[in-house]
Amino acid sequence: MAAKLGAFRDAREERTKRPSSGARQQESAATNLDRLIHERTRLAIISALAVNTSLTFSELKELLRASDGNLSVHARKLEDAGYVACTKSFAGRMPKTEYRLTAAGRRALEKYLNHMEALIQATREG
Amino acid sequence: MSQPFPVRPPSPVALDDRARDNIRFIRETMERAGSFTAVPGWGGVALGITALGAATIASRMPRPRDSLLIWLCELAVAVAIAGWTTLSKARRSGVSLLTGPARRFAYSFAPPILAGALLTAVMVRLGVMGAIPGMWLLLYGTAVVTAGAFSIRVVPLMGLCFVVLGAVALFCPYDWGNAFLAAGFGGLHILFGAVIARNYGG
Repeated sequence: MAAKLGAFRDAREERTKRPSSGARQQESAATNLDRLIHERTRLAIISALAVNTSLTFSELKELLRASDGNLSVHARKLEDAGYVACTKSFAGRMPKTEYRLTAAGRRALEKYLNHMEALIQATREG
Repeated sequence: MSQPFPVRPPSPVALDDRARDNIRFIRETMERAGSFTAVPGWGGVALGITALGAATIASRMPRPRDSLLIWLCELAVAVAIAGWTTLSKARRSGVSLLTGPARRFAYSFAPPILAGALLTAVMVRLGVMGAIPGMWLLLYGTAVVTAGAFSIRVVPLMGLCFVVLGAVALFCPYDWGNAFLAAGFGGLHILFGAVIARNYGG
């Protein structure tokens, strides 16, 4: 019985290339997470930008139903990480802030998605 | 292989569920951000009903030219209903009609409709009025399919039904034109309008 379970585990490890213990695997999977985009508001910003060439601050706000302060704090964090690029301009007299997803941001989202899929896989096989 | 089975991992199911939940969240956000959702369901039902009315009146007209005029009036009514219900649904759900998905929806909806308008004029000129209903259904369906790529999933499906209906109409006796228009602009709009209203908030 134990051998059989061990074999299962080995197969799983090969696929996900994680440390040998199941417990450690789960733990490391959780800690290796890209915390930066794991947070819900930031994940939503990245996801929304992934399907649009660019979105303005107000469009994002409308879409995520977030407050000004909340959105700008999270957008700033993503900007600092180089995941989104931000351009500020004026539309008439109104300041207009536009966000785009950078290549690094797109990669980060892909990595995060792969990560989630690997987690699901690991639990399904485990 | 020989080591004992480890201590049960801390709540693997929860972790798994959370991963699934995260993926679902990403997908939903992408759908909301990338698709035009202000498609009016009840508006579709309403303009479907007016189309049935128009079909009844048009079928009593002795000349095809009069039927055409009735349908053009119906078109104006339908555009007004669709415009008004789209606006109010967009306002209700707080989405913009001028940017992003809504604009892409409009841009891909317009070309087939324009082609349809031109072909209508040509067909009237050539006196092949009988082919107009099939052509209308076909091109309206094409517009809905292409624009539907930027909208909720049921929209392109409705377009496809219109395309099929139009294709059939083109190869059926031309006297059935009004019946086909009633089935399409009436029946399909009411059917899909109800589905959209029920599942996508009005």
